[in-house]
Amino acid sequence: MPGFVEWGLELVRRASSDLSPDVEAVVRRGRDAEPEGSTARNVLDSILENVEMSRADGTPICQDTGLTSFFVHLPKGYDAEAIRADLQEAIRQATKLGYLRPNSVHPITEKNTGDNVGVDLPHIEFEPAADDAVTIDLILKGGGSENCGAQYRLPDASIKAGRDLAGVERCVIDAVHKAQGQGCAPGILGICIGGDRAGSYMGAKKQLLRHLDDVNPDPKLAELEATLLSKCNQLGIGPMGFGGLTTLLGVKIGWMHRHPASFFVSIAYCCWADRRRRLVVRDGVAQVL
Amino acid sequence: MKKEPIRLVLPASEETLRALRIGDEVLITGTVVTARDMAHKYMVEKKPDSLRDILTGGLIYHCGPIMVKEGDGWRIVSAGPTTSSREEPYQADVIETYRLAGVIGKGGMGEKTSAGLKKCGAVYFHAVGGAGTLLAKRVKKVREVRMLEEFGVPEAFWVLEVVDFPVVVTMDSVGGSLHREVLEASSIQRKELLGL
Ligand code: SF4
Repeated sequence: MPGFVEWGLELVRRASSDLSPDVEAVVRRGRDAEPEGSTARNVLDSILENVEMSRADGTPICQDTGLTSFFVHLPKGYDAEAIRADLQEAIRQATKLGYLRPNSVHPITEKNTGDNVGVDLPHIEFEPAADDAVTIDLILKGGGSENCGAQYRLPDASIKAGRDLAGVERCVIDAVHKAQGQGCAPGILGICIGGDRAGSYMGAKKQLLRHLDDVNPDPKLAELEATLLSKCNQLGIGPMGFGGLTTLLGVKIGWMHRHPASFFVSIAYCCWADRRRRLVVRDGVAQVL
Repeated sequence: MKKEPIRLVLPASEETLRALRIGDEVLITGTVVTARDMAHKYMVEKKPDSLRDILTGGLIYHCGPIMVKEGDGWRIVSAGPTTSSREEPYQADVIETYRLAGVIGKGGMGEKTSAGLKKCGAVYFHAVGGAGTLLAKRVKKVREVRMLEEFGVPEAFWVLEVVDFPVVVTMDSVGGSLHREVLEASSIQRKELLGL
């Protein structure tokens, strides 16, 4: 009988080779908006062609399959440590099969473990599930885009950002400008307002789990997401930073309570190759969404 | 109107390379050799003559591909560009030492490389970041690999024969840089958006 090793492997394969349709749809919209014959449009055409080829061949969309993070929701009665071991094994097998490139380097000895398993790799978090299904969200996040992440501490006089949503807006515009095309624009932003330094960064990353076509339940944040998307696209950085209308594909914002003395704004930058998939196991039947 | 891409066959004359300008879309046919951080450090520190046969007149590609061993050979699975700026300290030196036609990468490079391109008549080509499958399919042959044992798969010198490999010139041999232009234009927009 298949278990979490097999299901985990299929989850990785899908994430690595089959771009989520909500992301693809927004890339397509961006492509249609760019003027005919422009380099921006040609780049987005190549991206879409690559997405289709990867899906058909089951090969990684991008050779940098990034760092792997699993977010597990577990009903009562499951053994978290057993699932952790199974997911690690799935990662080992996925690496052998070429769904993942070995990306786990020891920072002091420079030695690569070769199988994508190491200290905090894959990153796995457990939370209790709301019902009796196991859900596992996976993100593969590339190094080039991870390097474009940023954290601001408000107030920040250099960009005239105060401790309010207008200040948050300034941080985000500044960060997208700094990133230019380096994170393989067009990008997707996960943003977290508040929290401590570490929690805030993780909160920002988790916003990347949201689908691009969802709507923030908080109307103020929903409005800020739309405003930021439109303003950042006015920067003109464009696909790959060649210039154009499509600098960002989406902006997702969450928040955490903060200490009275700290006001952090954390930004996780994800490239257009936003490889995330969800595994749901209900009554022993697994499905990758 | 779709601009027809320029076909570039390597090795190319200095005149041909010097005629390329930022914004030109180019399809490359010929030999390209992957090289990342370890390779660049090695080329600058050791300057091995043994690499001349694969590098001179060709292109270095900033790429750490996914390769799968098949029998005696290798199959290239996914091979998009990696960030070039990490090689900024080395690149101009490498271009001059090995008389490269240029490099392929992503994200662009700095002023030192720009000066190197000008001096040697070389070009910086930008490939589409993330297009790993599409770009791997333009590799018609994995000719050989060097320093595999020493550097490992992503960092080794993979000698690739490519046909119609799609790129955009973003830094040319007359000092032009699309990256500089976009940075300047977007900086004006940033100032306006932030009211600074
Ligand atoms: S930033 Fe994303 S698309 Fe670009 S090379 Fe890295 S993983 Fe691939």
